[in-house]
Amino acid sequence: MASSPIDLSLALVTEAPDAADWLVVLPVALCIATGALMTMLRGRPSLQGWLAVLALGVLVMLNIGLVFHIGASGPVTMMVGRWLPPFGIAFTADMTGALFSLSASVVAFACALHSLGDISETGRRHGFYPFLLLLMAGVSGAFLTGDIFNLYVWFEVLLISSFGLLVIGSEHRQIDGAVKYGFLNLVATTLFLIATGYLYGIFGTLNMADIARKAGTLPDSAPLMTLVALYLFAFAMKAAAFPVNFWLPASYHTPRIVVSALFAGLLTKVGVYALLRIGVMLFPTEREALSTVIAVVAGFTMITGALGALAQADMRRLLGYLVVSGIGAMLAGLALGGADAVSGAIVYGVHSMLVMSALYLAIGLAGRAAGTFSIGGAGGLWQRELTLSALTLVLFFSVSGLPPFSGFWPKLMLVKAALAQGAGWLAAALLVSGFLTTIAVGRLFLIAYWRPAPLASSAGAERDPSSGGRKRGSAASLLPVFALMLASIGIGLYPEPLIAAATTAAEGLVSPLAYVQSVFGTEATP
Amino acid sequence: MNSVILRTVAPALVSLMVLFSIFVLLRGHNEPGGGFIGGLIAVAALSIYGIAFGVGAVRRALYFHPIVIAGSGLLLATVSGLVSAFFGVPFMTGLWVTPVILGTEIPLATVMSFDVGVYLVVVGAIGAVALSLEEEEDET
Amino acid sequence: MMEPVLAILTGLFFAAAVYLMLSKFIIRVLLGVAILGNAVNLLIFTNGRLLREVPPVLAAGLDVPAGPVANPLPQALILTAIVISFSFFAFLLVLSWRAYEGLGTDNTDRMRVAEPEDAPLPPEGY
Repeated sequence: MASSPIDLSLALVTEAPDAADWLVVLPVALCIATGALMTMLRGRPSLQGWLAVLALGVLVMLNIGLVFHIGASGPVTMMVGRWLPPFGIAFTADMTGALFSLSASVVAFACALHSLGDISETGRRHGFYPFLLLLMAGVSGAFLTGDIFNLYVWFEVLLISSFGLLVIGSEHRQIDGAVKYGFLNLVATTLFLIATGYLYGIFGTLNMADIARKAGTLPDSAPLMTLVALYLFAFAMKAAAFPVNFWLPASYHTPRIVVSALFAGLLTKVGVYALLRIGVMLFPTEREALSTVIAVVAGFTMITGALGALAQADMRRLLGYLVVSGIGAMLAGLALGGADAVSGAIVYGVHSMLVMSALYLAIGLAGRAAGTFSIGGAGGLWQRELTLSALTLVLFFSVSGLPPFSGFWPKLMLVKAALAQGAGWLAAALLVSGFLTTIAVGRLFLIAYWRPAPLASSAGAERDPSSGGRKRGSAASLLPVFALMLASIGIGLYPEPLIAAATTAAEGLVSPLAYVQSVFGTEATP
Repeated sequence: MNSVILRTVAPALVSLMVLFSIFVLLRGHNEPGGGFIGGLIAVAALSIYGIAFGVGAVRRALYFHPIVIAGSGLLLATVSGLVSAFFGVPFMTGLWVTPVILGTEIPLATVMSFDVGVYLVVVGAIGAVALSLEEEEDET
Repeated sequence: MMEPVLAILTGLFFAAAVYLMLSKFIIRVLLGVAILGNAVNLLIFTNGRLLREVPPVLAAGLDVPAGPVANPLPQALILTAIVISFSFFAFLLVLSWRAYEGLGTDNTDRMRVAEPEDAPLPPEGY
């Protein structure tokens, strides 16, 4: 192609990318390649399991590398296919994306370890591990891409994989849950696509950095309000915010518990990440105008989530409502919008990923030990499963936001930010939802763990077949829960590094100059 | 379906269609065509073969399970993108070699191996769906 | 001058899709989803600005197109969206069929296996 009469430097990236820049695309490429390899090994489930653990371990390492690289030298960009921005698809990672990506990979690693002892042979033959890896490809891609249509594609990748994971086993209740999950999520991504169509019509570009630098210069802001309202609606649906959250408690308790743990940790957080990216970085003015609406939604999400948790008799459904309640807290950060509030939302996101997944895994083990997931039917776990019960108690404290665990700091940051901006009622909603959560999990602990076991006959009558009978959890399946709990305690006792990173991330979102420069070069004017 | 005409015509038709699908795949190099549409044509051929001789015959003819074919295609496409890491250019940049085979210059590129990967993914994934749907029809 | 016509058509598509999706029978919702996908494709296409009879294909031997051509990007986006919505439609169709087989209804009001109506309340005392 050297004989071309055209000046290629107008269209192509001419200098070679740094080796470290590859950290932006390697997480996605690794997941897709391993997932592909696993579909080729479909007859060898045990090999698949170990391969998944290995690949996700490498993924965690890559993401740690990415976080340190970004911490040292700011956002990183790689232009796929060598085309110059804004024409090529950009993979751009800033601190926000890297932090979310790192915690997602930690959660996936823990779930893969746990699944070695949990997913039955049939589940493996149905392709649990390939779907897990493709799900992680979608999640990593969504966190690391710098192109809004590409973000849509990664949403679809993770959605298709999540469908596959959701119906492993093909039980009636799974199919019932999957119908609601499938249709509502499809509508949400279609709304996302509609908004993206309008965005392309308005801006003529799909590159996020390009949009960020052009958003303030448009003469007419009326179409932007429509656009942002559509995006907020679509992503609020993905994130399970209040009026459009009913698919989550309807479906999250139906699949295998490992799958529930993955979903609770990853899927809604992708929606929150997209909300932060769109609302805070791309369209801050429009978000400001809509902030009251978002704040009301956030308050309702928190309170209704916690109230829903109080009304559940099934442990897994209770957790589903707690996921919703946590989403409300992150939305509060989005509603407030300043760097301090957004950093609170990001820390909450990291905390929520780790703790909610660990809780689902722990409840799965508890349900297996008790032979039922019904709160009233279980009991006496404290005597029989001391280690597991102690682990779960720590996680309960953490999800309620009590010190010294990881849930405390982000709540503190959000409440402080709310009070500083004069939104006292939002701070009150945060505290009340924390209080209600404490009651819900406290009652769960008292009745299902602390109380002596009910009479054998009544427990037998209520036994839930999906819990797989009464079995002791192996040490191997406890280990990932223990590791996630240690992470929660670690963040609780020594939160400075995470808070510092989240503050960097939030400042990068609020003033995206570094992000734009990483894509367009330092001479680009914002 | 038990039709003499279809069963007589099917082998010729199917081999022509597979040939055509590969033609479309390679033509996609520089002109309209490509891996996706080529793969769809190949799946159409497989479906016709399945209607004429039953799903079992298609599975035997494919030898590999369709999902394995899709997986290998996905792997090939990803590796084609990663090759560029060794040449100091960004992810998924097209790299070309033009070896002279039997006196003819044949331009080969990672773009093409990526497209072959797409072809295999489409053949495998859509083929798996089509075969399982046809199988269900046979049972009822 | 083609834009208003296409805009009205897109609106009609959306109206039909929303009407069908508001039904409580899954099969109608499914048809609504299919129409919705097409409505969105049309919307993206119109948003990419319209030109007639100038496909974005390079003539042989050229590096850049000779004259004005249609915007290829919306076409690429639509192609991606078509593939995705096609695979979703296939999946949801199979899922709905399984749901109909397994649960014996396609009325969403009666799909209560995952969330039973008579779910017990949590115990009130220790």
